[in-house]
Amino acid sequence: MNRFYRALLRLHPTSFREDYQAELLRTHEDQVRDHGRFGAIVATVADVVPNAIAAHWEVLGQDIRYAMRSLSGSRGFAVATILVTALGVGANAATFSIADFVLVRPLPFPQPDAVVRLCEASKGDRGWGCMNQLSPASYRDVREQSRSFAALGAFTGRSVNLVGAGDPIRVNGALVTSNLLPLLGVPPLYGRLFDSTGTGDSDAQTVVIGFGLWQSQFAGDPGVVGRKVSFDGTPYVVIGVMPPHFIFPTADNQVWMPLVLRPDDYTDRGNSYLDGVGRLKAGVTFEQARLELAALADRMNREHPDAYKDLAFSFFRQRDQMSPRYRLILLTLCGASLCMLLLTCANLANLSLARAAGRERELAVRAALGAGRERLVRQMLTESVLLALIGGIAGAVVAAAAVPLLSQLVPSTLPIATKPTVDVRVFVFAATFATLTGLGFGLLPALRAGSKTGFVALREGTRSGARRQRLRTALVAIEVAVSVVLLISSGLLIRAVWRVREISPGFTTDHVLTLRTTLPSPRYDDSVRRADFYDRVLTGVRALPGVQNAAYTSGLPTVLTGGIARVLLPGEVDRRDGSQNVSLRIVSSQFYKTLGIPLRRGRDISERDTPDRPLVAVVSESFVHQRWPNDDPIGKTFDVRDQRRSVVGVVGDIKVRGLERESEPQLYLPIHQIPPQTGDLYLPKDLLVHSSTPPVAQLAAIRDIVRRVDPEQPLSDVRMFSDVLAYQTVDRRTQVNVLGALALLALILSGVGIHGLLSFTVAQRDREIGVRLALGAERAAVARMIVSEGVRMAVIGVVPGVLIAYLAARAMSALLFGVSAGDPVTIGTAALVCFATAALGCVRPAFRAARIDPISALRSDY
Amino acid sequence: MTTDPTPEELLPLPAATLHILLALAENERHGYAIIQDVEARTDGELRLSAGTLYRSIARMAEQGLIIEIEKRRTRAEDERRRYYRITPLGVAVARAEVRRLSQLVRHARARGLAPRTV
Repeated sequence: MNRFYRALLRLHPTSFREDYQAELLRTHEDQVRDHGRFGAIVATVADVVPNAIAAHWEVLGQDIRYAMRSLSGSRGFAVATILVTALGVGANAATFSIADFVLVRPLPFPQPDAVVRLCEASKGDRGWGCMNQLSPASYRDVREQSRSFAALGAFTGRSVNLVGAGDPIRVNGALVTSNLLPLLGVPPLYGRLFDSTGTGDSDAQTVVIGFGLWQSQFAGDPGVVGRKVSFDGTPYVVIGVMPPHFIFPTADNQVWMPLVLRPDDYTDRGNSYLDGVGRLKAGVTFEQARLELAALADRMNREHPDAYKDLAFSFFRQRDQMSPRYRLILLTLCGASLCMLLLTCANLANLSLARAAGRERELAVRAALGAGRERLVRQMLTESVLLALIGGIAGAVVAAAAVPLLSQLVPSTLPIATKPTVDVRVFVFAATFATLTGLGFGLLPALRAGSKTGFVALREGTRSGARRQRLRTALVAIEVAVSVVLLISSGLLIRAVWRVREISPGFTTDHVLTLRTTLPSPRYDDSVRRADFYDRVLTGVRALPGVQNAAYTSGLPTVLTGGIARVLLPGEVDRRDGSQNVSLRIVSSQFYKTLGIPLRRGRDISERDTPDRPLVAVVSESFVHQRWPNDDPIGKTFDVRDQRRSVVGVVGDIKVRGLERESEPQLYLPIHQIPPQTGDLYLPKDLLVHSSTPPVAQLAAIRDIVRRVDPEQPLSDVRMFSDVLAYQTVDRRTQVNVLGALALLALILSGVGIHGLLSFTVAQRDREIGVRLALGAERAAVARMIVSEGVRMAVIGVVPGVLIAYLAARAMSALLFGVSAGDPVTIGTAALVCFATAALGCVRPAFRAARIDPISALRSDY
Repeated sequence: MTTDPTPEELLPLPAATLHILLALAENERHGYAIIQDVEARTDGELRLSAGTLYRSIARMAEQGLIIEIEKRRTRAEDERRRYYRITPLGVAVARAEVRRLSQLVRHARARGLAPRTV
């Protein structure tokens, strides 16, 4: 009975128990005596539990009041701790939320790891992802011969013009095999998916639409299922609406139409325009499937030597459909973020230690007066948790503000929504880490005070702990090292950005408005009708006031990066190794003038290059350099797309594939001499307008012109070309901004750390310094001593910092765009900045040390 | 740590606190004696539990309403027993609380909510 009661009493706070346990037991015995055993048990349980909770609550209240009082007495410490926690935790939570969102979080499909992508590649291909590289014949072979897939489907992009109410609009969509949507495993919100059991023909004129399109064009009416809508002038029956979270293959895809492959489609094995998507059979691992596909590729190479040279399959999980560059950018930020977490913790530890040293005597006094160790620990705990809570809340605000900025780093090639939010788990993790650090170092003094050795502190005053001084020096050195790492990394990336910016794209984007008019098939299959559309629109636009030049092209440089054709000089054989590849564009007259591309020789493409005239072409300088390095190129002939053409002009090279990538030599064909059977990719669709008046004013007029030519033709992708180009470096610039901000923060924190530690040192050593001064030391020498202490801390930090930064830079060398990982300018600058910060942190403490009054320093404390 | 509060700052008192003060007003008592006194005075209506009692005692000691005293023990008494005495502040607080309560009763009476005599 007594033991039971004693156990129950353990629920109380220790301090309460220590004071009253004996008495409670005695009273309990009295009650048992007076009221009987049974009554006492019932009364006891009903009594102890609520009272223990209340007692804890009361102690907590006391502690919080005490903590508030004590913190308001050292406001600097409180503010610093809260700020450091907020920034450290906030920055961490934000960065890791994005990284987790992109790198770790599963895609919104059932068993997402079983969803894989497949396309053709050549052996040793180091590209990433899939971009329309699977021929129907290869797709069929894999589907029929592989045993790894529960289902294997294929798709290809297909944008359509939707003509309904209001202005016609351009909708991004995909042609998908009938089994593709079912294999992803997301059921439609309304209606059904394509029939994957039949031949597919029955669904030929049907369409599944996305949630966004359903909302914007059909007002979210479920009755749309079964209704006929017109895409590219052809009626389709809507059979299903997908739910809002369904995204495939990219976020802007709003229409899925059946991809029907006919026997003809399987004849040309070189014509690859599909992407494969499969779901692995249950029990088949990714690796098993990869091996099977490798064996399959070998067999196909043997069976079709004329079609394949080095066929291999690019095979990866759907969630890895992401450029390695994005991955690297995110990993870099994760690294930076980890550095920040380390810095935050080092800083918090240092703050706590500094405060603890200052409170050692107070705690020792209280312990001597009878406050139990538990009581002191509990009080410190309350204080630390209180600070962590306030810091954590502020950190949540920081994270919420930072995530939208960082979300620009989410790649658009993944089938996920591009709006990440702060991940609660990540936030809790970072906050816990910071709190534990504060707690750990905050408790140290309380634990010491409660123990016997704590009394030493009473005797010694505040002069204790060479060991602690060393610990604090180490912590400051860590802060400096982290700052150096972040400074060097961001410095290298900034230099990379500068270098990218110095690259000339070969064209200008100033005052150029771009917009797209994609002419639908089959209405514009007739080349005369197509040519008529281009002519009338161009004539109208060129006549607008303020318009200097206007041109059509099949693809904007840096936007359409592919569009490759093989060029054979007379007598040359097809080497099929990429060495004969050029970037092919079909353009109208004025294209070069509009983009400021210099004409080096011969003439521009003109309106007179019509189908009935000799077939001509304009090539770029690198084309000439590659094919006719020593001859005059004008008049030379070559074959492209089964047509022989002669060169009439040479223009400057442009960066078709973007600023940071190598581009193929360029070949331009006249808009009125489009080769027969030219695919969508090569047909002119982008209108470029160079105008001296504001583009917004022009846009309405251009819209009118297009409407007069074809009232059902939508305009899409209206943008300033300069914005398009700027968008290419947005991830890089975001990364530099984030990293730069983190580096600056780290620098400030480590500067503050050095300053704090030195101030503390000076305060601790005032007596020693006083003695030195009294014995005739020069004040300048005393100041120098303090400064050298600060510099020493900086050196201890900078050296390992530079080493770590060098390793980190090598790991991210792909992002550095030719800037060397050991770039001496960057490293030197970063080290200098760190020393300067350290020196700045020394100024006040050194000044204070030099002005110590020996008399009062010696007299104090006694 | 404890600043001296004025009696009014501590009002209203929890019922248990007032009862403990009343029990101690007459005599120094140990814990169980307080329980018994309260029970007897209220005809068994209020029986303080040990937990409530000592939680109250802890708080009251902190507030300075009561103090623990060293009391010579008779042979029969357990040395685990601790005795408490009301402090002048405790007396003042009890007075203030009773004054507050009687005022309350007066108001209630004026509104016809209480019997004329007790």
